[in-house]
Amino acid sequence: MPIHEQSLIRPENIKTHDKLEIDGIDVSGHWSTFIESRVVTDYNEALEDEIAALPGGEYIHRCWQCGSCTNSCTVNAVNPDFNPRYWIYLIRTGMESELLRDKDIIWQCISCNKCTYACPRDVEPEGVMKATAHWLEKKGHTPKSPSIIFDELFAEQVIARGKIEESSIIRQFFKRTGQPLMQDWLVAMARGLLMKLPVGLMRRMGLAVLFRPRTSGWSKARAALEEYVEECEREQRRALGLGDGKPE
Amino acid sequence: MSEDRKYDRVAYYPGCALEGTGHAYNRSTKAVGKALDLKLDEVKNWNCCGAMEVKNIDPKIQTYLSSRVMSIAANEMGHDVVMAPCNGCYHNLKKAEYDLAHDDGSKEVVDRLSTKAGHETYEAGQVETIHALDWIKDGIGEDGLKAKVKNSLQGIKIANYYGCMYTRPRHIFPEKDKGPGSDSTSEPHFMDDLLAAAGAENVDFPLKTACCGGAHTLSDSDISTKLVLNILEAAEAAGADVIATECPTCHTGLEMHQIRAEKRLGRKTTVKILYFTQLLGMALGLSARKVGVQENISDSRGFLKEKGLA
Ligand code: SF4
Ligand code: SF4
Ligand code: SF4
Ligand code: SF4
Repeated sequence: MPIHEQSLIRPENIKTHDKLEIDGIDVSGHWSTFIESRVVTDYNEALEDEIAALPGGEYIHRCWQCGSCTNSCTVNAVNPDFNPRYWIYLIRTGMESELLRDKDIIWQCISCNKCTYACPRDVEPEGVMKATAHWLEKKGHTPKSPSIIFDELFAEQVIARGKIEESSIIRQFFKRTGQPLMQDWLVAMARGLLMKLPVGLMRRMGLAVLFRPRTSGWSKARAALEEYVEECEREQRRALGLGDGKPE
Repeated sequence: MSEDRKYDRVAYYPGCALEGTGHAYNRSTKAVGKALDLKLDEVKNWNCCGAMEVKNIDPKIQTYLSSRVMSIAANEMGHDVVMAPCNGCYHNLKKAEYDLAHDDGSKEVVDRLSTKAGHETYEAGQVETIHALDWIKDGIGEDGLKAKVKNSLQGIKIANYYGCMYTRPRHIFPEKDKGPGSDSTSEPHFMDDLLAAAGAENVDFPLKTACCGGAHTLSDSDISTKLVLNILEAAEAAGADVIATECPTCHTGLEMHQIRAEKRLGRKTTVKILYFTQLLGMALGLSARKVGVQENISDSRGFLKEKGLA
């Protein structure tokens, strides 16, 4: 299998000239193509520590750049720009502005853990991807991704009630992300189901809306978890140098 | 087959999905247990394990959620085995077990949250978490199963799909990859073994542990649809009539995106999607209705009739 690599040559840095004369010599055309050199001056030396301070990022320092993560990555197979090895490299060398060029796709990691399976250094790249996505959002580089919105909705419901109810999460997710609930394929799916559903199941699904599933005696667990989530949030903001940990 | 029959009666952790979209899996798991005389005691007043989502808020919350389930099974019900049919639940309980045994920070948080929540804390090693596949494979074994088959699955070609969380990451499954008698993380085979014992013909399926994109099934649907379509088309190319599943999230993901692929990409696949417990149940002589075939989104009733199973 080929090792997927990231080309460091960017199309906009490749220079050819249709008409160019240097010292009286005609250097027009492709044969004199040259690549403009890049100069990096804005290193963020704290970048690796910041990612390492977020859950999942702990083991980033172990990476030795073998490329196994990218090579095994499910999302990379669909989108070659999705490159965990490369991002880990940028983070470890503090190349923040380079990393930001890919800020809109990093959240797309689907947590399949193929990278974690393949990594010879136990970096747990899946965790690094999640930490990086959180870092981007907390630093204000990206809006909340649909994935983080979903995670938050899910966690809110578990913490509040101990259990989740899938259909209400789906409804709320479409609402929070401003999408219509009546997606053609969801409608097709629901129609297929309704055609053959027994009355019992329909009744149960209807009741789930009225009597939300919940774990009884959960209130103490809820309070403990809410307190802990706040603690984590404060901790993370401090690690990222975002003030005293109070949300702005 | 284990001599001491340690899986005769186990604590059962169905998880949220089995009360919702995965209800057919719940129904068929219980029905198969009954038919095989394997007893299930549902964990009392259980909570959600956090699925694939809560860990992204903070992994230790997820560790706590899983630990509470194991604590109830061990400390309030006296069980030492918890069986979880959902890959997500199974994976999270295993992960919690690993973290509690290896990471003091996780243990400190779990102890603190358990005390505040007013229940006994869970100590690593109190229970063994198993998947529904281990439960049948080790509780009855292929020979035991074969002896009870009434309707052989002969003539049904099956692609066995295990998804991600049954095998990855490897370090949380110390009992796997131990050679004969254990399952493999690169080439899992427990489901293949059971379905073969029930008479089915397993096809050579390269995407057994491919990912269906379940974590982003709604938040990045286009990628999920592509990944699922890959799996469906690979199964059809391998000659499968049915994809057998062992996880409600994988199962529903395949069903949903099979429809979405047809609607959005114009790519239609006809391979049927059934829980392995539904297939085993019908092989054991249970009716299609008993194992909840009517609750599946993907309609396989015509196919099952044709094969003499419904
Ligand atoms: S977990 Fe994320 S980064 Fe790792 S292989 Fe899967 S999609 Fe790629
Ligand atoms: S597989 Fe591990 S060591 Fe190799 S590049 Fe990826 S993170 Fe680094
Ligand atoms: S993983 Fe899925 S089924 Fe299991 S408890 Fe969590 S939400 Fe529920
Ligand atoms: S295959 Fe899909 S649903 Fe199943 S474990 Fe992987 S992501 Fe989850």
